[in-house]
Amino acid sequence: MPEALHMRAMTELSHIRNFSIVAHIDHGKSTLADRLIQSTGTVQDREMKAQLLDSMDIERERGITIKAQTVRIDYKALNGESYVLNLIDTPGHVDFSYEVSRSMRAVEGSLLVVDSTQGVEAQTLANVYHAIDADHEIVPVLNKIDLPASEPDRVKEQIEDVIGIDASEAMLVSAKTGVGIRETLEAIVHRLPAPKGDREAPLKAMLVDSWYDLYLGVVVLVRIMDGVLKKGDRVKFMQNDTVHQVDRIGVFKPGMLPVDELGPGEIGFLTASIKQVRDTKVGDTITHEKKGAEKPLPGFAPSVPVVFCGLFPVDSAEFEDLRNAIEKLALNDASFSSEMETSAALGFGFRCGFLGLLHLEVIRDRIEREYGIDLITTAPSVVYHVHMRDGTMHELHNPADMPDLTHVDHIEEPRIKATIMVPDDYLGDVLKLCQDRRGIQEELTYAGSRPLVVYDLPLNEVVFDFYDRLKSVTKGYASFDYQITGYRQDNLVKMQILVNDEPVDALSIMVHRDRAESRGRAMVEKLKELIPRHMFKIPIQAAIGGKVIARETLSAMRKDVTAKCYGGDATRKRKLLDKQKAGKKKMRQFGKVDIPQEAFISALKMDG
Amino acid sequence: MAAEIDNWQRGGFGLYLHWPFCQAKCPYCDFNSHVAAHIDQERWGRAYLAELDRLAGETDDRVLTSVFFGGGTPSLMDPSLVAAILDRITARWRLTNDFEVTLEANPTSIEAGRFAGYRSAGVNRVSMGMQALDDGDLRRLGRLHGVDEGLRAFDIARDAFERVSFDLIYARQDQTVAQWEAELKRAIGYAADHLSLYQLTVEDGTAFGDRLARGGLKGLPDEDRAAEMYEVTQQVTSAAGLPAYEISNHAAPGSESRHNLVYWRSGDWIGVGPGAHGRLDLNGTRWGTEAPKAPGKWLETVEAGQPGELPREAVSQVEAWEERLMMGLRLSEGVDLHGLAAPDAGFEARVRGLEEMGMLRRERDRLFATAAGRPVLNAVLRELLA
Repeated sequence: MPEALHMRAMTELSHIRNFSIVAHIDHGKSTLADRLIQSTGTVQDREMKAQLLDSMDIERERGITIKAQTVRIDYKALNGESYVLNLIDTPGHVDFSYEVSRSMRAVEGSLLVVDSTQGVEAQTLANVYHAIDADHEIVPVLNKIDLPASEPDRVKEQIEDVIGIDASEAMLVSAKTGVGIRETLEAIVHRLPAPKGDREAPLKAMLVDSWYDLYLGVVVLVRIMDGVLKKGDRVKFMQNDTVHQVDRIGVFKPGMLPVDELGPGEIGFLTASIKQVRDTKVGDTITHEKKGAEKPLPGFAPSVPVVFCGLFPVDSAEFEDLRNAIEKLALNDASFSSEMETSAALGFGFRCGFLGLLHLEVIRDRIEREYGIDLITTAPSVVYHVHMRDGTMHELHNPADMPDLTHVDHIEEPRIKATIMVPDDYLGDVLKLCQDRRGIQEELTYAGSRPLVVYDLPLNEVVFDFYDRLKSVTKGYASFDYQITGYRQDNLVKMQILVNDEPVDALSIMVHRDRAESRGRAMVEKLKELIPRHMFKIPIQAAIGGKVIARETLSAMRKDVTAKCYGGDATRKRKLLDKQKAGKKKMRQFGKVDIPQEAFISALKMDG
Repeated sequence: MAAEIDNWQRGGFGLYLHWPFCQAKCPYCDFNSHVAAHIDQERWGRAYLAELDRLAGETDDRVLTSVFFGGGTPSLMDPSLVAAILDRITARWRLTNDFEVTLEANPTSIEAGRFAGYRSAGVNRVSMGMQALDDGDLRRLGRLHGVDEGLRAFDIARDAFERVSFDLIYARQDQTVAQWEAELKRAIGYAADHLSLYQLTVEDGTAFGDRLARGGLKGLPDEDRAAEMYEVTQQVTSAAGLPAYEISNHAAPGSESRHNLVYWRSGDWIGVGPGAHGRLDLNGTRWGTEAPKAPGKWLETVEAGQPGELPREAVSQVEAWEERLMMGLRLSEGVDLHGLAAPDAGFEARVRGLEEMGMLRRERDRLFATAAGRPVLNAVLRELLA
């Protein structure tokens, strides 16, 4: 970071605009962001790589952003004034709704990008409500107007109907051809409010996100609310109660560029020789160690893993590789926890905690892809409170650790408040889904013409496949958000699965007694499909305590033999056999039975 | 393994000759076969003879058990070409007393016209690609003959040759167990001494494979129905005195294909012609041989005076062991493990486990797949060779 590149001192509040872009995956968020960055000369054309703001493959494939990212755009407006426009790209999934809400609090306005050939889609809705919650000024942007299928008038009407915001002055843009880009920049300047803040007040900076950099240690993304942050300051992370000396401050253009100070309304980064992302909690307030703010910013919530599962290497020789992968990933992800676990059937692995199922899948995919380790993922579980007769309480993260029932007084499970927005046509399906998952309806109201449903649901009915089911019964036209509300006692039991009369601990789940038969039946039926036939018949049972509540029998294999095998086939058939033997090694043996790795997750998916 | 006698003495020594041409390619066939408008048979004959001379140079101290003309469609060969080849073979190798010469034939009237010529050339056994006794199914299988024509050709073959086998394909589209049973009984009535009864296998890279991949080829039996067809096949053939001596091959005792037994007993064999494979024990090493697959390439190589063979690859002891079990367990007579040490320590325990499951049976040094084990032999082998 050469000193010559240092930026001038901080910008006047009136000349700052902070914004995020809300959009559905294919609607052109990244292309629009690239075009805004490029057209202002923030990045030289020759440095421009397509989609500057997208990083990981998994994010791109799943259309989600996991880490907030930011870029500072210097823009000379038509009125001759120079403005600083800070764009924060926010994570976009219900598992990360807390992180989204903090990112949204760091900016004052949003561009709502809608593909004018497609219209509003579900994921857009979930995030636009975060923006509305954060009192954003929202500028609708209709993208892809260069395409023949573009229907800006219809989509404007839809935005007004479905989201309930004025779309009459929506920007008409083609991020691809550049049409409407200058008008959009002008709208950011003139329609979005300037940030507020007091330069003289004690420092209050909100920690928006953080990540680990190999050379700099933890990089912290901050929004300055009040006061001034300078290099060399000793600062206190109020919620974490730690003090650090600031090594560097700067902004993203989008590369890191050092500055001398960051003032109110500005968004930038600091480094302070922080070793662990764990010590930098999203939503924390950073102030000066001396003469600091008395009270932190409101709305902080520590991020707590709510879904746990076991991750085991398919090949037990890869345990150390797995440990290494998990340690590296944990460096950059404070919301992911892990501890070693041993399973009778699966050997050594890790019990890991996640913010939600998507978070789980992202981490699992990264371990498999980036570290090349095949994993067995055991049934995800929430954290139960097991109250013992002696008055003590255990947190149960793993059904396999369920204590002897004779010592258990009662069990509590986490409940959530789920808010679902859904078009009229699918309302009945959504209500049925919530009822089936032991939901208690709390509210049914209308936001404009759109029903809004609030349900009290057990988290364990939601973590696994609720969101997938919701998307499927509403063809994607539902938004879903949830908060954990607390614990409640219920009639919960541990259900075991026995394959060939041997319990498979990795398939044990906690389930409500009333739902046990149907879940047990569904699981044994699924397993019957997922486990390949063997040379002997295999009973597959679901049991509570010693009592079998559902049973299927996988028939013995009856035919698997090569019809023609002559001299010319010897080499080929031998190689095929070697390949099949290798495939068999990808399965785990439970007693005499080979269970394919995907069975552990697929067995739990409910079709209804 | 030092005490073991050579494979060719234990398992026999055969010669396979591949004729790579067909009049039309069948949709289920994944063999090395080609359709060519004109074939210069004399030119091909010179190449085959050159290859026979070359291989005789390495193996003419051995006694030849059998010759098999396979393809492709070797019944498209001129009888004079077959005669020239057999003359060369008998000139270069000593022969067993019950020397067997088989030729694969399509049961069409044109080919039946050549049968007497093949007989004179020295062919003493034909294997007829009948495939089905149902005209609709023959068309679906892409065959050029009908049932009546096929049976007429078969009659001619039975008069011309001492031994006749025919092939049927079962587990066809929409075929019921009862239909197959009736068809099989009818086939046995034509008094062949040997039947090859293959379950239809859809292989990748064939027309059927493409159709299946695109969601076509409906009505193939599921595993349970296929298993029932296999079982009924065993019952009907045993009752008729043609029990299975191999997974898909049935014969009256003494009428087994001696040539194919060479493969299943892991003997030695020479492969001549495009794409042909061989196995040869030479100087204490077992070699796998393979000829260039493309007919033009093979022919040009041989005509240029080069060996019609790719570089030989040594078959390791473990691979040879795997092949021995993979091939040998297909036979009702089982596999002789005398003098052979298993390559890994767990083998004995795995055999015992499979014996307890009723899949294998052992009598002294012989290991057999049981009636329960044979229809799931692939699974047995995956377990056994772990």
